Amino acid sequence: MRIVVLTKPVPDPAAGQERLTAEGRVDRAGSPAVVNGNDEYALEAALKLVEASPDGGEVTLLAMAPSNAPETLRKALAMGAHRGVLVTDPALEGSDTLSTARVLAAALREMEYDLVLAGADTSDGGGGVVAAGIAAILGLPYLSYAARIEPAEGRVRVRRLSATGFDVIEAPMPALVVATQGARSKEITTRALSDLDVDGATPGGAAATAKVTGSRKPEQRGATKVVRVPAPEAAKAVVDFLAQRRII
Amino acid sequence: MAGALWVVGEATSEGLARVSTEVATLARGLGEASKRDVVGVVAAADPSTAAEELARYIPRVLAIAAPEAADRSAAPAIAGRLAALVEREAPGHLLIGATPDGRDLTGFLSALLGWGVLVNAGSVEWTDGRPAVEQSVFGGKLLTTSTFTDDHGIITVRPNSTTAEPASSPGKVEPVDVAPSVELPAVTLVEHVDESSGTVPIEEARVIVAGGRGVGGPDGFSVVEELAAALGGSVGATRAAVDAGWIPFAQQIGQTGKIVKPDLYLALGISGAIQHKVGMQTAGTIVAVNRDPDAPIGEFADLFVVGDLFEIAPAIAAELRSRSG
Ligand SMILES: Cc1cc2nc3c(=O)[nH]c(=O)nc-3n(C[C@H](O)[C@H](O)[C@H](O)COP(=O)(O)OP(=O)(O)OC[C@H]3O[C@@H](n4cnc5c(N)ncnc54)[C@H](O)[C@@H]3O)c2cc1C
Ligand SMILES: Nc1ncnc2c1ncn2[C@@H]1O[C@H](COP(=O)(O)O)[C@@H](O)[C@H]1O
Repeated sequence: MRIVVLTKPVPDPAAGQERLTAEGRVDRAGSPAVVNGNDEYALEAALKLVEASPDGGEVTLLAMAPSNAPETLRKALAMGAHRGVLVTDPALEGSDTLSTARVLAAALREMEYDLVLAGADTSDGGGGVVAAGIAAILGLPYLSYAARIEPAEGRVRVRRLSATGFDVIEAPMPALVVATQGARSKEITTRALSDLDVDGATPGGAAATAKVTGSRKPEQRGATKVVRVPAPEAAKAVVDFLAQRRII
Repeated sequence: MAGALWVVGEATSEGLARVSTEVATLARGLGEASKRDVVGVVAAADPSTAAEELARYIPRVLAIAAPEAADRSAAPAIAGRLAALVEREAPGHLLIGATPDGRDLTGFLSALLGWGVLVNAGSVEWTDGRPAVEQSVFGGKLLTTSTFTDDHGIITVRPNSTTAEPASSPGKVEPVDVAPSVELPAVTLVEHVDESSGTVPIEEARVIVAGGRGVGGPDGFSVVEELAAALGGSVGATRAAVDAGWIPFAQQIGQTGKIVKPDLYLALGISGAIQHKVGMQTAGTIVAVNRDPDAPIGEFADLFVVGDLFEIAPAIAAELRSRSG
């Protein structure tokens, strides 16, 4: 089983230093980076699938990111991925979701795999749309929100979480699966934009189909009232508070 | 007339997804501001019920019958027909609910049409001849406004960001026939499993009592349920509780779960991690019970009760019953 996991380096949400550049792009130099949390879940799922596969296999990370990304990808390699492919090029700076899908699709065209795994969305403003774009460009069966992934005889079957439960869905491999929670010596090769055959207009900021025009801080909530008394009084304080706010 | 605004309605087994009524209401306001037509479009194996519901909000709704969607995964089954209709009718912008199916569809349509995407809109205004999309980023720390660089684009709209209001008079449904521009590979639907509890879904609940890891186990959730019942609310949860298997994923609130906006959000044994906070921070009132006085939820709750949830939650339920009774 050969699996490619799409892993995006993002500003570390735990460090709390995310900010925008003057052009309204995510400032990727201004904050420590980590592999996007949901992509780590996809990676865990990939490692389990390979482990469970009778003929073994390989997990390859694929990222499109600035040239310092190998540092970030090391941790994902340490988790057990076998190798990484980094698409990096100054011309890719400021790429939007559509360009990102085109570039990653072009990189995948040069790789061999049974499954491509992606995360449900990215923490740096992503909307969970890149993976579907890649599937459409490559004509891969697309199975999203997969909490359980089971390959069998050339097909892949997943449990897709739904608003009320889950759907069991199935397609032939190779396929692209978006993993979500519950899915439970290493070389990094870098590729420049000119090494790939990207569909459509040139990626990067100049060709972006959308741009940030402004930003503001959200309104602050009022001060917190803290209650620290024995349970019966605390319960009265809560109910009084709800009554005062006309919730009950 | 310049490119119309299209609302892509999401069909569910019950009819129309609630988010689509919110998106339709938002689009109607944008239509007035931009003087553009607002058109709904629903593609499904049998689109009629969802299309009729959408027409309560929008003057004109196009209904595409996509027979192949009956036993397939929704988004890949309908994307080809929607893309073909967009190419034929040339609308300006598409607005889609930011649900799992909506996001999937957005990714497909963006790639098939070559259109840009702005995601997770909390509000949209019409400025300088284009939609200006406000989005909450970095775990709610910043609100950005973005716009497209050309006259087309797809906007995904966060659930619960607009209050749905039907139009003063209902619109018309027009069945349309369109062949898919491409056939995306089929993904077969083998089985549909419903685990919903029968109470009001959390996205629609006015009151939510949510439990986290502090609840300690599946049995601990009875304390959460008891308080929810006393308040007439629904039960929510953190990912920690869902991952532990104490409660189904459908109840999960946060980045990977649902975005909720109840009048009251009462958190029991929840630390208030950023990924949870993004799903509930716009609740009208936030009350938290946590025995750790330094839990992050204390920084954004309106009322923070420091103490043991197993003592305090039953006491609140008892107090409510005694006052009502
Ligand atoms: C990519 C990604 C996506 C994520 N998406 C989500 C998401 O959608 N939703 C989500 O919720 N999380 C999400 N998370 C997880 C999130 O980071 C936190 O781990 C999670 O929200 C913590 O849940 P918790 O508050 O229940 O548990 P904990 O953080 O362990 O907190 C438990 C709290 O209970 C308190 N407590 C314990 N016992 C008692 C008692 N007897 N009485 C009172 N208080 C008590 C403790 O003091 C503690 O504050 C995501 C994480 C990642 C990386
Ligand atoms: N630059 C990138 N490099 C690698 N994978 C990516 C990149 N952007 C998006 N992805 C993948 O696509 C998923 C959805 O991303 P998004 O649509 O940006 O929220 C992520 O969880 C990743 O698996």
